[in-house]
Amino acid sequence: MRSTKPRMPAWFSKKPKIAQPGSPETEPSRMEGLWVKCDECNEILYRAELEKVFNVCPHCNHHMAWPARQRLLATVDPGTFEEMDRELEPLDPLGFVDNKKYRDRVKSTRKAIGENDAFLSGLGKIEGAPVSLGAFVFEFMGGSMGSVVGEKVTRVFERAHDLRCPAILFSASGGARMQEGIFSLMQMAKTSAAIARFREIRRPFISVLLHPTTGGVAASFSWLGDVIFAEPKALIGFAGPRVIEQTIRQKLPEGFQRSEFLLEHGMIDGIVQRKDLRAKLAQVVKLLS
Amino acid sequence: MALLSTHALDFERPIIELEKKITELKALSATGSVDVSAEIGKLEKKAKKLQSEIFTDLTRWQRVQLSRHPGRPYFLDYVQALFTDYCELAGDRAFAEDAALIGGFARFDGQPVLVLGHQKGRSTKENMVRNFGMPRPEGYRKARRLMELAERFERPILTFVDTSGAYPGIGSEERGQAEAIAVNLEVMAALKVPIISTVVGEGGSGGALAIGVGNRVLMLENSTYSVISPEGCSSILYRDASKAERAAESLKLTAKDLKAFEVIDEVLPEPAGGAHRDPAATAQTVGAALRRHLQQLRVLKPSALVADRYRKFRAMGVFAGAAERA
Repeated sequence: MRSTKPRMPAWFSKKPKIAQPGSPETEPSRMEGLWVKCDECNEILYRAELEKVFNVCPHCNHHMAWPARQRLLATVDPGTFEEMDRELEPLDPLGFVDNKKYRDRVKSTRKAIGENDAFLSGLGKIEGAPVSLGAFVFEFMGGSMGSVVGEKVTRVFERAHDLRCPAILFSASGGARMQEGIFSLMQMAKTSAAIARFREIRRPFISVLLHPTTGGVAASFSWLGDVIFAEPKALIGFAGPRVIEQTIRQKLPEGFQRSEFLLEHGMIDGIVQRKDLRAKLAQVVKLLS
Repeated sequence: MALLSTHALDFERPIIELEKKITELKALSATGSVDVSAEIGKLEKKAKKLQSEIFTDLTRWQRVQLSRHPGRPYFLDYVQALFTDYCELAGDRAFAEDAALIGGFARFDGQPVLVLGHQKGRSTKENMVRNFGMPRPEGYRKARRLMELAERFERPILTFVDTSGAYPGIGSEERGQAEAIAVNLEVMAALKVPIISTVVGEGGSGGALAIGVGNRVLMLENSTYSVISPEGCSSILYRDASKAERAAESLKLTAKDLKAFEVIDEVLPEPAGGAHRDPAATAQTVGAALRRHLQQLRVLKPSALVADRYRKFRAMGVFAGAAERA
């Protein structure tokens, strides 16, 4: 075949900084041990102190990764989080094999991280108001969305619909999970359809975009928030920067696809510091429900 | 036919060579100097046999190549073959017109419908205009505008999917490619008119799905539909885009695969040798399927159409654990 077409837009490609499949099993966590190095300013930080400020570097305000479970527990009123759908586990409908079997990759990742898949969800209260909420586990295969993530996200909205309460999602994902092929793609339609239905009850869906949110997660429920906030300097977009650079054969400008860029282009409602996030969510929940 | 011989795929080449020989012999016999009709008959039989041998057991990668064949019928070919009164409508009313994703109202069997599809170019020049069938956000926003028009005027929507993907560029990101696709998914899910989506070539990920949330999803036999291109998949998995053939096998992206997964409703058979060998017959197959499905959907009430689509996509996914919500 003649090369009449450009390279395929592999928009699920992950940018170099994003964990590749397999990395969680092989690399020790940055968060292990008593001391932590900020990967932005290289300052050495005392871990216990850092956790008190939600993993935001006190020196340079770099918003480091914050484990999903800790985030959810810190978002809702103390003692109100009730996890749902924990029993859902991935299967391997394609029998996908690359240099490792998908089944084995899931098994070892689950063992290393202690979560069944890349999404945690449940019910809780924010300043007394019930909410249905969930957060991505980015450490689990780059937060990629397969059938389990799609099903859990869908149930967040169905539960919110039934309880007539707001929905809140924290996204951090490289996009759809290629190991589940077409089923991953279809989760985009499934979750978006669930949101279409959720709109009927006229309760807000607040979407919080974290570093990084790209591909099929960005291009479905994450960008369908009634209100969309982002943490500072998060990488958020459709295609990964590497794919864009390969397509247009140019270096991308500094700050491209970062939260500040999106705000300037009118694509999000605001950038919220992590320390202010809970209060901001409570404010919007009350203003809109 | 010039396009066929210059763009022949590797596995098509033996057939094309044989056909060339037949054409030459026919020219020779037309001069009347020698009688080669017996020879021609033999070669024609051989060509037919060869074609059926090659095409009965195509690999997934071969189907990927066929789905991208430059001689394959494109959206406007179907419009011309199956619809009358086509009235193309342009622009997203916010930023620009996008020639990679086009549509308008037309008549199908005399009945007004909205037709909408990705459009690739045949020549380099046309491909510059069509951006190789890769839409920018304004294309998706125009599609949404037209689909909402269709709902307002109670016209069924027929979409034709054929894109390697939504365009990844600086402008696309600035103008919210992800948002444009996401909104289409939600809007399509709730439209109160029948929607039939047919994948006629490449079903390239979110850029394809953004006009693919139909009550029925059909695929031509040699079309593909995938979460990621084989090239993209192999460059991530093997750090090497040349292992695309292997990735295509892993991704299970053919019409047959997707029917087996119950992700699509029907596989539409292509003429011997693929859609590009007989675009007219291909269009008739597509037309007949659209007619049949449209007939079934037309009797449904608006609320039933939305419920039908919700059930369809709600059921997608394979996982272990409680199938019902606690």
